[in-house]
Amino acid sequence: MRLTRRYRFASSHRLDSPALTAEQNRRLYGKCNNPFGHGHDYVLEISVEGRVEENGLMIDREALDKLVEAKVLRRLDHKDLNRDVPELVGVPTTENLAQLVEGLLLADWPLAPRLARIRIAETERNTFELEAVAS
Amino acid sequence: MLHPNNSHLMFLTRKVEFSASHVCANPAWDEAENRRVYGANSNPNGHGHNFVLEVTISGQPDAITGMVFDLRELKEILNREVVEPMDHRFLNREVEPFDRVVPTTENLAMEIWRRICPAISGEGVRLHNVRLYETADLFVDYGGQEQGEVR
Repeated sequence: MRLTRRYRFASSHRLDSPALTAEQNRRLYGKCNNPFGHGHDYVLEISVEGRVEENGLMIDREALDKLVEAKVLRRLDHKDLNRDVPELVGVPTTENLAQLVEGLLLADWPLAPRLARIRIAETERNTFELEAVAS
Repeated sequence: MLHPNNSHLMFLTRKVEFSASHVCANPAWDEAENRRVYGANSNPNGHGHNFVLEVTISGQPDAITGMVFDLRELKEILNREVVEPMDHRFLNREVEPFDRVVPTTENLAMEIWRRICPAISGEGVRLHNVRLYETADLFVDYGGQEQGEVR
């Protein structure tokens, strides 16, 4: 069984690759290359997978919420992804952000169910999803 | 042009909603222990949710009808097995087996699977997934695994 919980965080970013010229960056990233950055209300879904215990629960919701709050939301919410989150390697696309969230959660994952999936909606129209590697 | 021999495995999903109240508590435990395990869900007088159920069926479109499964039949199954018995009910008191099984969202999803699975039949047709939203921010997916088995 999988259980999915939805969280929200607001962050700003600018997409600009140091490997490309200013003109190439403008062409590739378009509006997302605006020098002063811009922001999103991201919607993050964390899915965990495991067995339902005798008490009828697969996971303690509060333990999951506290973990995501401490490891992810506190680091990303109301932050600038380029300047405030040095752990985010590479251009702060939502693809790279999803991989960062996976890494942050898998380091010392303390819960019995395994981390199964991470899904981030940057806007209502653009969503990015990955199946987590085995913890 | 139709290509009836070029049939893909497809997934068909139907959504229904029902509103119900429940209490998540083990009668063998005291109130403090129940609160520790089930949190606010253990309030003895109950509370309610607008549950949203998404049922997914897999199969290949029939060469004649062009359908994986008759949606009208699926609607009737979901109404008969889930919506009619559970909508506007207190699960612990009015819906079997929740007089003796704690009606967590996990247990409710498994019970819904047990209720509708026997009614979904046809060549290559199978119940694929039951997704049950307790709120917009919390849902479970159940694919029919045995109790205790991990997908």
